[in-house]
Amino acid sequence: MPMVTLRIQRFDPENDQRPVYREYAVNADPTDRVLDAINSVKWYQDGSLTYRRSCAHGICGSDAMRINGANRLACKVLIRDVGAKVTIEPLMGFRVIKDLVVDMEPFFAQFRSVLPYLINDEGAPERERTQSVHEREVYDDTTKCILCAACTTSCPSFWADENFVGPAAIVNAHRFIFDSRDKAAAERLDILNDREGVWRCRTVFNCTEACPREIRITKAIGEVKKAILSSAR
Amino acid sequence: MIHTHTYDALVVGGGGAGMMAAIYLSRESRLRTAVISKLYPTRSHTGAAQGGIGAALGNLEEDHPEWHAFDTVKGSDYLGDQDAIETMCREAVDVVIELEHMGLPFSRTPDGKIAQRPFGGHTHHQGQGPVRRSCYAADRTGHMILQTLYQNCIKNGVEFFDEFQVVDVMLAEGRCVGVVAYEVATGDLHVFHSKSVNLATGGFGRIFSITSNAHANTGDGPAVALRRGIPLEDMEFYQFHPTGIYKMGILITEGVRGEGGVLRNDYGERFMERYAPTMKDLASRDVVARAIYQEMREGRGINGKRYVYLDATYLGAEVIEQKLPDIADFCRTYLGVDPVHEPMPIQPTAHYAMGGIPTNVDGCVVIDDRGTVVPGLYAAGETACVSVHGGNRLGTNSLLDLVVFGRRSGLHMAEFCLEADLGSLPENPTRDVAAELERLLSVAAGEPPARLRQELQDTMMDFVGVFREEEGMRQAMDKVRELKRRYEAVVVMDKGRRFNTDLLEAWELRNLLDLAEVTAASALNRKESRGAHSREDFPNRDDENWLKHTLAVQDVDGGVRIDYKPVTITQFEPKERVY
Ligand SMILES: Cc1cc2nc3c(=O)[nH]c(=O)nc-3n(C[C@H](O)[C@H](O)[C@H](O)COP(=O)(O)OP(=O)(O)OC[C@H]3O[C@@H](n4cnc5c(N)ncnc54)[C@H](O)[C@@H]3O)c2cc1C
Ligand code: FES
Repeated sequence: MPMVTLRIQRFDPENDQRPVYREYAVNADPTDRVLDAINSVKWYQDGSLTYRRSCAHGICGSDAMRINGANRLACKVLIRDVGAKVTIEPLMGFRVIKDLVVDMEPFFAQFRSVLPYLINDEGAPERERTQSVHEREVYDDTTKCILCAACTTSCPSFWADENFVGPAAIVNAHRFIFDSRDKAAAERLDILNDREGVWRCRTVFNCTEACPREIRITKAIGEVKKAILSSAR
Repeated sequence: MIHTHTYDALVVGGGGAGMMAAIYLSRESRLRTAVISKLYPTRSHTGAAQGGIGAALGNLEEDHPEWHAFDTVKGSDYLGDQDAIETMCREAVDVVIELEHMGLPFSRTPDGKIAQRPFGGHTHHQGQGPVRRSCYAADRTGHMILQTLYQNCIKNGVEFFDEFQVVDVMLAEGRCVGVVAYEVATGDLHVFHSKSVNLATGGFGRIFSITSNAHANTGDGPAVALRRGIPLEDMEFYQFHPTGIYKMGILITEGVRGEGGVLRNDYGERFMERYAPTMKDLASRDVVARAIYQEMREGRGINGKRYVYLDATYLGAEVIEQKLPDIADFCRTYLGVDPVHEPMPIQPTAHYAMGGIPTNVDGCVVIDDRGTVVPGLYAAGETACVSVHGGNRLGTNSLLDLVVFGRRSGLHMAEFCLEADLGSLPENPTRDVAAELERLLSVAAGEPPARLRQELQDTMMDFVGVFREEEGMRQAMDKVRELKRRYEAVVVMDKGRRFNTDLLEAWELRNLLDLAEVTAASALNRKESRGAHSREDFPNRDDENWLKHTLAVQDVDGGVRIDYKPVTITQFEPKERVY
């Protein structure tokens, strides 16, 4: 097995003044995940290396981090795609709790702020509410979000202003705004028309590039902007 | 530091089962409810479920809850309790509609109804041929269930303690009075005093080396209960899913075969035609997993190796991109294989625990063959054994189990809490766990826990896997006991208090060791083959002696003692099982 060097940003606020980089050499197959390499450091070299992980196949959103400068899920990037020396750092824009673990509370607060649930008080029918294949297709893309925060923490507007609601929250608002069964689009559009809402987006496309679920985020944000404009008319 | 909280109802686990229970509890405004979860709820492994949730909606063709019940009983190899199965299949229709009303974005039929597809073991007219029963949202049904339930928890204002890991359940005077949890961010212990607790901590596939389960699936709920004297039911029945990605274990949903994908051996032969003439690739999972093993053993694995092909190439790009987009993504990412053009290399992967904490249909934990409950203690989801899956679970029936029994347990808990008072706490409730965590931290040098874990997983895979026999299982038992001894001297390198996942992984290893031991002991004890439990030295099902559930308890000296309870049979007499 070839050797790979992981250069990892370490920071334990209990003991460290500022973050430092440590290097670890590990054996890794080209087809191993970066997460496997990080695990091997933790399990056999330095147990204090700290990060979140669970599913190990890109579905739970635990292990978003900066890998060679780009926001990625460590379990969805293979060693062969990152070279023999990999730099690994925490997501930018949230407080570091320890090493690669950042405080996700503000992120979930942004999520909650857009009413991310179906609202329809019209009394449900006995069977399912029907929805055509086309109506379902309109918001399909934004149902894929796993709340990993890779998009929000790649956004320059968010780095500049932590109160910006951020792409992930907009994606989740989009998912309901364009769901034919939902009745609260106007309320959500109102929330996103706020100073800290969609207009902070400068269409840089970082979010779309960062999304491990390949959601066309910038497109979704554009659709929300359009909906605000046409509802204002 | 120790913190104390008081609630009426606590749900441990923010997966599908836990959140469904929490939603029902939150509707009773007189009760204070909290969900405690070691992961952010949306990180739970329910999100990994792909294929669908079973319900006889009959949206595309005739179907009935009774047919669903028959298939489930047959799939269980007649070990499932038929009253519980009837309840689940009857409530399935209603609960799937309820999920749709909550906002779940199901895929749709041309006339706008919930879309359905065939799945292994699901048939019409009691075995005549496949039926479209699995309700799905592309190949991310579990993701959509998890998101929808989390969204509804937010809507209902459910209180969450995220990244709090439950490390003990408190029992006093024969009832449950709360849990002890470890706050991951700070390392503080919290005593949660409550009238009732619902353990919904998911599965424990991490006792095996090749698994579809998340790193977090370490069986904390059953392990903690076991160590407090609660028996575990039918632990010998562990499901191996036929199609995991070779070497990685990542699941490729049965939905691929539901859509028409087929298994092929090294000669390109569609070998399931030989093993299951009617249902072929859609026979139940135990049957297909054994067939794959048999092919590999007889040298017909691809290039003689330990995998076969799952071929979806002739489904066409459109079906794959529309109905199986995540599967396509997994194959491209992890294998560099495009399933539109090439077959996928697969091998069976440890997937699902049919066994677990014994409960009745209301989620109440039941500790013996007479239906004795522990007041205030509930379990739901993969952690629980109702038992609706018996010896082998059908695909789509776990998601169904989560929501049906999550709901039922939530409702029953609410009723219980409105009546019950708050019991008194045991003396010094954190003593045992605090001592154990301190002990783990105090070892200065020794073996890394990860090495023990790897040895455990390899041993279980080799000797307590798809095929089993006496000698191998004895070896596995010896190995697990050796590892338990070595566990006393493992070293936790991180000595800090903040976000010490090194310590928690070591603590979780103990759970894996306890559950592996009970699994191996239960398997060694059952001298027949039934469902997923397949013994080469006892190849036949033996209804005369073994049509009964296993109840395994941990003895004071740490060994395993085995008891039994009868299977409930209502309308379906045990028959030979052919697909
Ligand atoms: C890859 C895959 C695909 C599947 N596909 C299907 C399918 O298509 N159809 C189907 O019916 N079934 C499927 N299954 C099975 C089904 O998804 C699972 O059995 C089910 O989701 C388990 O749900 P749960 O709520 O019991 O547990 P989980 O969703 O695993 O949730 C467990 C929860 O418990 C918490 N927890 C664990 N330990 C602790 C602790 N010590 N303290 C506090 N909290 C704790 C976790 O944080 C988590 O929130 C699939 C399973 C897998 C692995
Ligand atoms: S560990 Fe779940 S997304 Fe990477």
